[in-house]
Amino acid sequence: MLYFSKLKILLVLIFTIIFSYFSISNFTKFDDNFFSRNINLGLDLQGGSYLLLEIDNSPVIIQKLQNKLSSLKKFFKDKNIRSTNWKIVDNKKISFEIDNTSLEEVLSLLKDKESVINPYYQRFKTHEFNVEETKVSSSNNIELQFSKYGLVQLKSSSQEQAIEIVRRRVDEIGTNEPNILKRGSDRILVELPGLDNPDRIKTLLGKTANLTFRFITQNESESFGTEKLSFQDETEEAVVSKRIILSGDNLIDAQPRMDNQSNQTVVTFNLDRVGAKKFSKATSTGVGKRLAIILDGKIISAPNIREPIIGGSGQITGDFTFQTATDLALLLRSGALPAPMKIIEERTVGPDLGQDSINAGVLSLIIGFVLVICFMIIKYRIFGFIANITLISNLLLLIGILTLFEATLTLPGIAGIILTVGMAVDANVLIFERIKEEIKSENNKIIAFDNGYLKSKSTILDANITTLIAAIILFILGSGPVKGFALTLGVGILTTLFSVYFVARLLTAIYVIKNKNKEQLI
Amino acid sequence: MIEKKIIPFSRFYKSFNIFSLVLILTSVLFLIFKGLNYGVDFKGGTLIEVRILDNTLSISDLRKSFNNLDLGDVSVKKFGKDNDYVVKFEKKQSVEENFIENIKVELVKDIGNIFEFRRVESVGPKVSSELLKSGVIAIGLSLGAMLIYIWIRFEWQFSVGAIAAVFHDVIITLGFFSFLSLEINLSIVAAVLTIVGYSMNDTVVIFDRVRENLKKLSDIKIYEITNISINETLSRTIITSVTTLLALMSIFIFGGAILKGFSFAMILGVIVGTYSSIYIANPILIRLNVSQKTILKEEKI
Repeated sequence: MLYFSKLKILLVLIFTIIFSYFSISNFTKFDDNFFSRNINLGLDLQGGSYLLLEIDNSPVIIQKLQNKLSSLKKFFKDKNIRSTNWKIVDNKKISFEIDNTSLEEVLSLLKDKESVINPYYQRFKTHEFNVEETKVSSSNNIELQFSKYGLVQLKSSSQEQAIEIVRRRVDEIGTNEPNILKRGSDRILVELPGLDNPDRIKTLLGKTANLTFRFITQNESESFGTEKLSFQDETEEAVVSKRIILSGDNLIDAQPRMDNQSNQTVVTFNLDRVGAKKFSKATSTGVGKRLAIILDGKIISAPNIREPIIGGSGQITGDFTFQTATDLALLLRSGALPAPMKIIEERTVGPDLGQDSINAGVLSLIIGFVLVICFMIIKYRIFGFIANITLISNLLLLIGILTLFEATLTLPGIAGIILTVGMAVDANVLIFERIKEEIKSENNKIIAFDNGYLKSKSTILDANITTLIAAIILFILGSGPVKGFALTLGVGILTTLFSVYFVARLLTAIYVIKNKNKEQLI
Repeated sequence: MIEKKIIPFSRFYKSFNIFSLVLILTSVLFLIFKGLNYGVDFKGGTLIEVRILDNTLSISDLRKSFNNLDLGDVSVKKFGKDNDYVVKFEKKQSVEENFIENIKVELVKDIGNIFEFRRVESVGPKVSSELLKSGVIAIGLSLGAMLIYIWIRFEWQFSVGAIAAVFHDVIITLGFFSFLSLEINLSIVAAVLTIVGYSMNDTVVIFDRVRENLKKLSDIKIYEITNISINETLSRTIITSVTTLLALMSIFIFGGAILKGFSFAMILGVIVGTYSSIYIANPILIRLNVSQKTILKEEKI
């Protein structure tokens, strides 16, 4: 075990030097073209916000069911199939009735793999909707419910849309390097480094921003086709028509402005061609009526239409401050979310706490390191020195690897590094203790050292693999900062094994071969 | 060289087993009747770390103003440095928009603008129960994986011994947390997993030596063999525990308030883990009648 070929020595040397360079490059200020990677600091160290959003898909599901219901109804009508009693049950099933004569045809239309109205997903071996039929006296009741994969499909498309809108909104605010990721089928993770106060962004992300223009009806009470909505300031209510004249989809731009005449802050908007056409038509026929501008079910304002608006642009007045007008314009520009979202987890760390954590982490790393080094020198003298060099190279390798992969370092991650310092000497201790035993029964020092290395090998592997198992499981199942701990602990075990079996063994070999005639080596 | 004196560890197997049994029973009783003090990660709710910039404001003033906010059950505790406090309550974020901002505004009205929110953690009930579940799964899975690994590398008797030792450590560590009402959060789960790894590591080193000695010393009983093996590996056991504890102490003392719970759990775990690899894992080998035959059977295959 003590023999090293020249090539091996060279490789160990090069490897160690390269990774040391990687790790030291984190602390040098100058940029170089050769290697410009750095360890990322986690949100708990650099400060920032971690937000987990959950999409509430139930309105989307209801909307989809309503659409499906109308298209199915029309589909059957076109095929001259008589169906009755259409309804949506429990907000999750479409139900209708059909008589015996057309039952078979309907079932084949719904259950065939070539079905146009109920698409079949080859990959999942399932239709969009599961179909169930039951006999009800003389007719048949048919129920359609989203299949598991139909629901997955729906969720993933609404997640897809939502993530795009979230990205636009976050980008508009202009935080640096936000991280926006999918989580599961209905969640979005937003990481905002360096953001001290996430309140504004939280408000913006919580808004669906569903904008519609609808007429206020003359009737005071609700009837079919109208609904009662309250104004934003909750002071008034108005009955508005359910017919949407124009929605936010037709907006191409929105900006906050100061209106020169009234000295009020307003939001001006521009419409696309289709929108402009619709808007001018509606405002021409509706002169004298009140047009309600509705955001997420609340009326922002309901101005009287004095003249037709033809140019495809207009403005929204309301009780805006400049801030609220800016936010509304931002929401309108970035578009509406397909479904409402809720923040279900938030973790925000202020930048000065982050800096305090870095300081505390580095301080405890240095102190822990010095304590371990002193202890090893006292205990093993020259071999303690070797163990310490191993420990330093181990640390450099560990940080170098983290740098190479641009890993994220968290506070628990620093704890993992410190723990690695404490546990890494274990392998060397096992070897040294074994050598001490071997030397008692073996006169040839080199053979004794060789045996020490050989006989401790399986123990060292077993011992390290157990810790590695714990680290891997924690890395897979842990979340956030804790993942950072698992990462440094796991990588630390690998670098420990490398530095013990290459660096330390090489140094031991050089020392032992030079001093093989000394009476007491270890 | 002078032969080291052999410490008769095996003589105390029985008394320490009784001691451990008492500890485990007490821990279980605490876990059942007192339970664990779950933090917001696992219980849901909101945590705010507040720094007060004015020395005259006392903790009871702060508690009073938070109680006025109608947030449900509020707990205010000192956290690390003198004017730092952690405020916890059950009300969750999503109920209200601008929830944190509103608290800030109300607080400024009450005590003036003499504080800053250094950290806010708010976890909804769904997420907290998921986190708890994945924490339990992680610990269960790692125990299972270790069991299988030891089983593959050794005989099943060793596997039972190692797992018993690890269970012992986890239960006693959690029992201590229950007894002292220390908070259980995500980092404690990480600590428990690391304890599992460390304790296993420690046990494996002794077991490796037991196996080796079983092969070599055919005429000595397992009872004596465990004792010899513990003694032979003793200096390694002590050195590694000491260096690990040095590193952990350094985190505990200098690593800041956030890592206190984590490092405390680890310190506890390392001590209990070192003890259990000697006094739990080895007696089980004896109880399970491990002998040279157990090992040689393995060789034939």
